[in-house]
Amino acid sequence: MSDDTRSEIALRVNDETFRLAVDNRRTLLDALREDLNLTGAKKGCDHGQCGACTVLVDGQRVVSCLTLAVAADGAAVTTIEGLADDGELRPIQEAFIRLDGFQCGFCTPGQICSAVGMLAEHAAGWPSAVTRDDSPQRAQELTEEEVRERMSGNLCRCSAYPSIVRAILEASAREAVAG
Amino acid sequence: MRAFAYQRTTQIRDALNLVAQHDGARFLAGGTNIVDLMKAGVESPARLVDIRSLALGEIAEAPDGGLVLGATVTNSSVAADAQVRLRYPALSQAILAGASGQLRNMATVGGNLLQRTRCAYFSDPSEACNKRVPGSGCSAINGAHHNHAILDWTSHCVATHPSDMAVPLTAFDAVVRYETLHGPGEIPLAEFYLPVGDRPDRETALPDGALITAVVLPAAAVAGRSRYRKVRERASYAFATVSVAAALDVQHGLVRDVRIALGGVASRPWRARLAESALCGGPATAERISVAAEVEIAAAKPLRDNAYKVTLARNLIEAVLTELAADSGEERNG
Ligand SMILES: Cc1cc2nc3c(=O)[nH]c(=O)nc-3n(C[C@H](O)[C@H](O)[C@H](O)COP(=O)(O)OP(=O)(O)OC[C@H]3O[C@@H](n4cnc5c(N)ncnc54)[C@H](O)[C@@H]3O)c2cc1C
Ligand code: SF4
Ligand code: FES
Ligand code: FES
Repeated sequence: MSDDTRSEIALRVNDETFRLAVDNRRTLLDALREDLNLTGAKKGCDHGQCGACTVLVDGQRVVSCLTLAVAADGAAVTTIEGLADDGELRPIQEAFIRLDGFQCGFCTPGQICSAVGMLAEHAAGWPSAVTRDDSPQRAQELTEEEVRERMSGNLCRCSAYPSIVRAILEASAREAVAG
Repeated sequence: MRAFAYQRTTQIRDALNLVAQHDGARFLAGGTNIVDLMKAGVESPARLVDIRSLALGEIAEAPDGGLVLGATVTNSSVAADAQVRLRYPALSQAILAGASGQLRNMATVGGNLLQRTRCAYFSDPSEACNKRVPGSGCSAINGAHHNHAILDWTSHCVATHPSDMAVPLTAFDAVVRYETLHGPGEIPLAEFYLPVGDRPDRETALPDGALITAVVLPAAAVAGRSRYRKVRERASYAFATVSVAAALDVQHGLVRDVRIALGGVASRPWRARLAESALCGGPATAERISVAAEVEIAAAKPLRDNAYKVTLARNLIEAVLTELAADSGEERNG
């Protein structure tokens, strides 16, 4: 008799495919950390409240602690370990280092993955709660207020918020210049 | 957490069958509420039927000029949709005022409506709670209840419904569309959430095992002039203490149509029909707006520690209607 509380799944993580047999209770966060040894994504609260476990699933930022690994079967997952291109840091990673976007670093992988997803959402014209021009056609400018609101799902116990916001604004401006 | 079986299907009929044929089977959408409650030991399904591969992920035009929001469309996609922003702005604003970017990318239309209360006793199996264990008592009524209901509660439960999205949907007379093995059905949102009564564990009129397939927004010109305002304990990423969705249509100085719904005050999104009728037909003056808010709030029964919500709800209704009245004044003059 096959055990229907376990599943064979395929996860495409950072461009590499992994086949895993998981207990259906396994969260994506635990699968990454315990099964695949990718410990960048952190377990802060395990209840969707802190953002430390943020990863990108099919390009969108999500909390991996409330994502079941089995429900991510077939999906493409990007973690902090997969952001750098052949060892070369992305502008957002480089900006976090140069502008002191962290102190202890615990929230940082989640902050950076969240920022990558957030910048793509902004580029796609998605509004936020502080977007004042409700015209769906016009892209709003990425201001400090916009960054704070859009990143509110990522808590930082060291309260490095001012430099996190600065790093994100700086990196986004540089990416815009680079095209 | 109890071990469970997991299945994913692309066919609505298969999803309905899987839930009907297995005791303790439940639908899984974004998982942001049910997975959280499974970790807490509040939910313990024997089987999860993942519905995100069903063809329910689109926003479509309704024949009457309204919009049909598929049940598995993410909260982010609804909030960013150009037609929603243009025709139902308070809906987009309400979603964006809730949760976080990550959670909105996971959460779905159907799951949002069916999320459970955030009463802390409900999510703690060591506490008495009639909603979790019928007949066990209500820990909140004499406990920590500063964020609980002021309207329509009973001695059996004083919890509020946490959804922001459901508040403008209630104001806009949205309709929940569902499928069962015996055929489809529809329930207006105004009748979707049941009054608390003596069975707070029974929350909705959705038949057992039914799958929500869509939420239908009827065409309503007034909805294009709507706003959502939410008060909470921090500036972002927190549930509402009180929120208001309102829409106002003023023609030739008279209120032709007005919609008001409140969040955070009752076990369900609260349609403020008394305030609406007090305002309709006459001018949207400061005095009439103030009377309308007062009339609605007169029925409030605050608990020991939440009388502040009565003042807050009244002020919030007044503030949002005043802004909307000013908007329509500007349009006339501009
Ligand atoms: C930290 C945190 C903060 C939050 N803040 C807010 C906030 O400020 N405002 C707010 O409104 N919400 C907030 N939320 C709640 C969030 O919006 C809900 O958890 C989410 O909308 C639920 O949708 P889901 O698709 O993830 O549902 P799921 O968790 O997948 O499902 C919820 C329930 O609905 C059932 N279900 C789902 N889809 C269907 C369907 N189509 N037919 C029948 N049954 C179905 C499931 O069986 C389950 O019982 C917050 C959540 C978290 C974790
Ligand atoms: S208010 Fe409702 S949910 Fe909270 S403890 Fe009482 S019965 Fe339970
Ligand atoms: S660990 Fe996932 S949000 Fe905190
Ligand atoms: S840097 Fe320490 S938690 Fe953010």
